[in-house]
Amino acid sequence: MAATRVLRGGCYCHRRLLSSASSGRPTVERGERQESPGLGFSPPAHSRNDWIGPPDKHSNLRPVIFYVPPEESALERRLREARQEAQACDQHFWARHNRAFSQEKEEFIFSRLKAKGLEMRDETGQKATLNAEEMADFYKDFLSKNFRKHMQYNRDWYKRNFTITFLMGQVALVRALRWLRWKKRSVGG
Amino acid sequence: MSAARRCSPPRAMAGLLFWHLKSTGVRQTPCQFVHLCHVAHDRLITFQYFNFLKRMYVTRCNRDLSQRAKPKADSVASPVRELQQLDQEKKVIHQIRPVPPVYQPLSEPLRRNELREKKPAAGAEELVPAVRAEPREDRQWKEMKLRLEELPGILARLSKIKLTALVVSTASAGFAMAPVPFDLTCFLLASLGTGLASCAANSINQFFEVPFDSNMNRTKNRPLVRGQLSPLLAVCFAASCGVPGITLLTLAVNPLTGALGAFNIFLYTCCYTPLKRISIANTWVGAVVGAIPPVMGWTAATGSLDAGALLLGGILYSWQFPHFNALSWGLREDYSRGGYCMMSVTHPGLCRRVALRHCLALIGLSTAAPLLDITTWTFPLISLPLNLYISYLGFRFYRDADRSSSRKLFFCSLWHLPLLLLVMFTCKKSFLEKEDKDLLPEGHGRATEMRLP
Repeated sequence: MAATRVLRGGCYCHRRLLSSASSGRPTVERGERQESPGLGFSPPAHSRNDWIGPPDKHSNLRPVIFYVPPEESALERRLREARQEAQACDQHFWARHNRAFSQEKEEFIFSRLKAKGLEMRDETGQKATLNAEEMADFYKDFLSKNFRKHMQYNRDWYKRNFTITFLMGQVALVRALRWLRWKKRSVGG
Repeated sequence: MSAARRCSPPRAMAGLLFWHLKSTGVRQTPCQFVHLCHVAHDRLITFQYFNFLKRMYVTRCNRDLSQRAKPKADSVASPVRELQQLDQEKKVIHQIRPVPPVYQPLSEPLRRNELREKKPAAGAEELVPAVRAEPREDRQWKEMKLRLEELPGILARLSKIKLTALVVSTASAGFAMAPVPFDLTCFLLASLGTGLASCAANSINQFFEVPFDSNMNRTKNRPLVRGQLSPLLAVCFAASCGVPGITLLTLAVNPLTGALGAFNIFLYTCCYTPLKRISIANTWVGAVVGAIPPVMGWTAATGSLDAGALLLGGILYSWQFPHFNALSWGLREDYSRGGYCMMSVTHPGLCRRVALRHCLALIGLSTAAPLLDITTWTFPLISLPLNLYISYLGFRFYRDADRSSSRKLFFCSLWHLPLLLLVMFTCKKSFLEKEDKDLLPEGHGRATEMRLP
């Protein structure tokens, strides 16, 4: 599992979700709002829209709490689940990636300072930093190390983005047709 | 610059405030004041003007890039005693009045000052985001419901309206430089078409880059990132701008311009945007994207792709490098973490060499302008100091390779281009002059080619 995760960059998040789904994550009942563990927020009961929150401190992505309407159709459910899955994938990828970045950055700074014979914190207790030119080596290194991972993620992201947007289009079209039909009926009748 | 310009509005506002207070009486003042605040807000007069009353003002040097707070010298005391009274009354008002959820005048400037300290230099394409109530609202959960009154602002940010304005102005420059009589209708149609095409391209670009934008400081306040707009709406908006824009260019201007516009949208959205994460070649592709609008302006006027069009395109192409390379120098951390392949991260030496190279190329291109009969020889002469200055900054950037030299080069590029285009326009060779020159040496017997307007 770990090996696959390393080799296949972004794809692993699908396996992870499947495994979590099979481990008995509760399905969302119609008319109820999705559980938001750890997000620390519940939208007001009367609201019929999704809610978006502040950026996550690890992934910098904004979490969304999706609204499940009581009369949700199969298509709408597919859309919602696609969006949830995408959100989970993105969250997982970026949180991990950003954490790796901070960690490796710290290690790099530590090793460079040690090579220079300096401590992590100077006499005043302030954290010692390297200037941008010294950090440039790290940035270049980090980018090239994660290149393949990004390529995989890009492919997945584009695919997910198109799928979700297409589903949104379908849902919007169905809703529009439904509304037109209702209008025609109410005008005719 | 900013202080002088900001002098009259605060006084006017203060005067208005005072008049209001006098006529309505203190008891009603809280509501009136809130009303005034909202009016001021609507008229896009920010709270900086009220700050002025408190003897601390915010200057915006280089509007697009930074703000700094400076405690004002005591010498310029409020000339009118009433203003001071106003100050007191305002403070009193704020103590009594319950804090409205959206607008918190007093505490904001302080918060904004703190934010300013931490804020990195933003790119030209994004104004320092409307800092008015942002930090507080940013930490709250928001309902994802599109409010119609917010839609114009959201769409403006989605289409990167300021960048679009710059693109349209370069296209106008191309139109203006074309050696044909000026046709206002054509000019307006071409500008509108180019603007719409640019809006479409920018919207699709943002649609493609949501998670990456979230992770970069410069772009984390874009509408799709903040969930103010659904991706579907962004795509629909792009289509509703792009299709009419290109159609307008093709049918009302000429097919060549339409084709260039469509090609540019394709190049930007389908080549440049994905390429940003794959290879450093994206910078060259992006430079072509920036070079096409003036070519479009020229072809809109003349209907053909002349040497002049290519020269103008060449000038814009060369300008992109010092502009972008200098900008990207300060964003290396964000690019590295976000997975963007930029020269400044992977090939820093090349980044600086290319910037310098193209600064020097600008001198060469400016000299070529009179050779192609686009401008008089005054142009290379007048533009030489400009081009030498940016080349000097490019050289400093090449040699020093530090943040301050990169910022200087970037800021210079912001005013260098408009100035260069302006000088070019003033030195434009009148096409009538050219025709006389063509006709004069000809004898009576020879048939001369008349250039029809």
